[in-house]
Amino acid sequence: MSANWFIILSAILFTIGAVGVLVRRNAIVVFMCVEMMLNAANLAFVTFAHTNGNFDGQVIAFFVMVVAAAEVVIGLSIIVTIFRTRRSASIDDASLLKL
Amino acid sequence: MEFAFWICAILAVVGALGMVFSKKAVHSALFVALTMLNLAVLYAVLEAPFLSMVQVIVYTGAVMMLFLFVLMVVGVDSSDSLTESIKGQRVPALLGGAALGVILVGLLGNVVTYNFGLDSATAAADGNMQGLANLIFNRYLFAFEVTSALLITAAIGAMVLAHREHHTPRPTQRDLAEKRFLSGRHPGSLPAPGIYARHNAVDTPALLPDGTMSALSVPKPLASRGALKAVDIAAGEEVSALSRGEAVITSQSTDQVEG
Amino acid sequence: MHSLLIGLPLLGAAVLLLGGKRTNAWGHYFATAMSIGSFLVGVASFSEMFGLPAEERSIEWTLTEWISVGSFQVPIAFQLDQLSIAFVLLITGVGSLIHVYSIGYMEHDANRRKFFSYLNLFVSAMIVLVLANNYLLLYVGWEGVGLASYLLIGFWQHKPSAATAAKKAFVVNRVGDIGLSLAVMLMFAFFGTVTFAGVNEAADNASEQTATWIGLALLLAACGKSAQFPLQSWLLDAMEGPTPVSALIHAATMVTAGVYLIARSNEIYNIAPTAQLAVVIIGSITYLMGAVIGTAKDDIKKGLAGSTMSQIGLMILAVGLGPIGYVFAIFHLLTHGFFKAGMFLGAGSVMHGMHDDVNMRHYGALRTAMKITYATFGLGFLAIIGIPPFAGFWSKDEIIKVAFSYSPLVGVLTLVGAGVTAFYMTRMMAMTFFGTARWDDDVHPHESPKTMTIPMIILAFGSAFGGMLLLFVADIESWLEPVVGFEHAHHAPDNAILIPVTLAVVAAGAALGWIQYATRDVPRVAPADVSFLTTAARADLYGDAVNEAVFMRPGQYLTRSLVYVDNKVVDGAVNGTAGFVGLVASQLRRLQTGYARSYALMMVLGALVILATAVLVRMS
Repeated sequence: MSANWFIILSAILFTIGAVGVLVRRNAIVVFMCVEMMLNAANLAFVTFAHTNGNFDGQVIAFFVMVVAAAEVVIGLSIIVTIFRTRRSASIDDASLLKL
Repeated sequence: MEFAFWICAILAVVGALGMVFSKKAVHSALFVALTMLNLAVLYAVLEAPFLSMVQVIVYTGAVMMLFLFVLMVVGVDSSDSLTESIKGQRVPALLGGAALGVILVGLLGNVVTYNFGLDSATAAADGNMQGLANLIFNRYLFAFEVTSALLITAAIGAMVLAHREHHTPRPTQRDLAEKRFLSGRHPGSLPAPGIYARHNAVDTPALLPDGTMSALSVPKPLASRGALKAVDIAAGEEVSALSRGEAVITSQSTDQVEG
Repeated sequence: MHSLLIGLPLLGAAVLLLGGKRTNAWGHYFATAMSIGSFLVGVASFSEMFGLPAEERSIEWTLTEWISVGSFQVPIAFQLDQLSIAFVLLITGVGSLIHVYSIGYMEHDANRRKFFSYLNLFVSAMIVLVLANNYLLLYVGWEGVGLASYLLIGFWQHKPSAATAAKKAFVVNRVGDIGLSLAVMLMFAFFGTVTFAGVNEAADNASEQTATWIGLALLLAACGKSAQFPLQSWLLDAMEGPTPVSALIHAATMVTAGVYLIARSNEIYNIAPTAQLAVVIIGSITYLMGAVIGTAKDDIKKGLAGSTMSQIGLMILAVGLGPIGYVFAIFHLLTHGFFKAGMFLGAGSVMHGMHDDVNMRHYGALRTAMKITYATFGLGFLAIIGIPPFAGFWSKDEIIKVAFSYSPLVGVLTLVGAGVTAFYMTRMMAMTFFGTARWDDDVHPHESPKTMTIPMIILAFGSAFGGMLLLFVADIESWLEPVVGFEHAHHAPDNAILIPVTLAVVAAGAALGWIQYATRDVPRVAPADVSFLTTAARADLYGDAVNEAVFMRPGQYLTRSLVYVDNKVVDGAVNGTAGFVGLVASQLRRLQTGYARSYALMMVLGALVILATAVLVRMS
């Protein structure tokens, strides 16, 4: 079968993740959507590694996982800290940047 | 291969959609886990066994569990609601998302014109793991070292963010006791669930001497979810009669006392 | 040793100003001693110079380097020659006498120490002015005396009139200073040097046009400092200062700096007849103007100030005549320094005895009450109107003579001026010392203390014999000739005719004054129904009114319109820009909701745009 289907799947997952970021209000769910987008990108990398016949794409996907793990740690810490002071996990409540 | 792809692809998309449309964050997390497991299978299909295992262990095992822990801390929240609070957000978001999907699929859908496969590469490297290791510790060594620095920074950052600074001396037991009594609220512990109710599950409210239910005896999240068990009306009447000293102790009760 | 001429008074000023109240008790004696010390150094220098042959008399010495920029070198260097020493002796001599006089005059003033420190500052600055060997250092002294003049006119600054007069003198002098700075810049631009020697040398090869411009610029400077038309208006107001200041600064020394400047720049003027003509015209106008003003003033000091203006006008006229006139201008300057200072001190003495009343209509018959003052003032009077053998006769008569040789018109003008001078001086003399006593009952005129009378007597001696001493003993013509040049006037009228004519004119003026003010009663209040000329003269010939109408009002309107333009146009543009930006920003602000999801939506839309562009580019 054509590897294009993998790429299309990756694009669909990425789009769903992006829409999730835009429509969900719970900061943790928004975060999960970001993870989804990262995973979609990973799928594309692994697919390209397969089509190109070398491991470079897989290595990049591996690095993406590392970065994602670090990001999750920091992101969730921030969410917990905000929740501790504001008693809310809603991303809309953290809107002090406006005038 | 084709069969595996279609099964996993459909499940992955279902997981992704479930993540977006689940009302409860816990369900979203579980849907994400579903997607990730399916992606792990797809990695295996794409001759990436190492990444497949890492996906299962790191993502599904560690990261998603971390999400669940945080959900436990944060608890049920009004932000779970799917109603939109920002004006002019949802419709543009859905339209933009659709356009993004169309463009991405249209742009990337036929980008692959050849497929070498990894057979020769795996053979040349004497295995997938060996091939990856060869790249990570040679060509990508610097990036690898940088990611280690990133991880350490992230760990320290998490500690700093989670750390709470004490600006006042830690309150002693005496301070806490005084505070509790001076607050004017009930100083003792809250009533345990299930007392006089013939059940002792956490979702069963305790009965007060007059036979009414005590809201204090059950956890609030359960009450807010409406997950409480109803109490038998007869039990309430019996308790109130007992407190008035009217009821006769049945044999069943006597047995319990003797037991 | 010569630097002590400047150093001693400067030390005095520094000690008194920096020493503060500690020097209150002895400060005035110290300042006087410094001034006298400077005078003694001057006398020593003079006697040394007197013994030398003419060509060795000029000496120069350099104190230190001052400005050194490439080829432009200006050291702090001084030059003591025949012209400078004459000024040095006048400044320190008269200055010392006035210091002594001030000990008595300012005895009860709370700020006596400050007064003496300013006097010392003035003396040192004035000596810097006359000793400088270049125009830039001269400028330093020029500004120094301007500062001292400002401080001393406004010495009684609690009087608004004094403070205003000081400010006026300062501002008007700045106008003149523009001329001096222009002259210095022109010299540097055309000659590349500002030293007297260098400029004199370069002037030999300079074009007439260059010399004319420099000469006119120098004339403007002289007009400011010497209160010449059209910058004359400050001098009359400057009489708000204490009388010793009027005597020293605004009669004998500082106001003659303009004459010195032009005489010093004689090489420039010698090749610029146009500039010389301008000098003569300005001098003539001021000569008559001051005399006319002098006839109408009831304030004794303002009358003397008008006379000073007039006499300096005569000197300026004389320096404008060229080599035939320089010597006599300086000669008249020196004799004038004696008799005018003496008369000012006499006026101060009269005021001292009359409770500081300056109105001559309240005087009268003071000759019996103040004998010494009467005698010294009288000698000054005889000197100024030019009665032989008193000082003024010799100098004034020579100027009238060379004026006739220059042009009969100028000669007649000087003659007329001499007659008017005789009239107003007789008027002053008659109103003050003769006629009937018109003073108030509670005023008891009395003679002043010895510290005041002795300087007056010494100056009266100068008024009486100074002219003869300078002319016959010091031989001023050949003394100054190496510095300013000297030519005998051709076609000059014979003394045998000129002297009797002059004396007749003077006698006529004096007789007119005597008849009007000594034989008739003088009203205590100035009569109002007087001729137009008197009204104009009382108003200083409308000098202030002209300045106000020509310079001040248009200036005010100009600044007002500029302020209007600034407020409406410039500020409007600036504020309008700010307002426009603010308006746009307040609309754009609505995009900033603070919601992270809104920003994320913007990002997605931006990514969409980029992707769409990529697709379009790929397709085309």
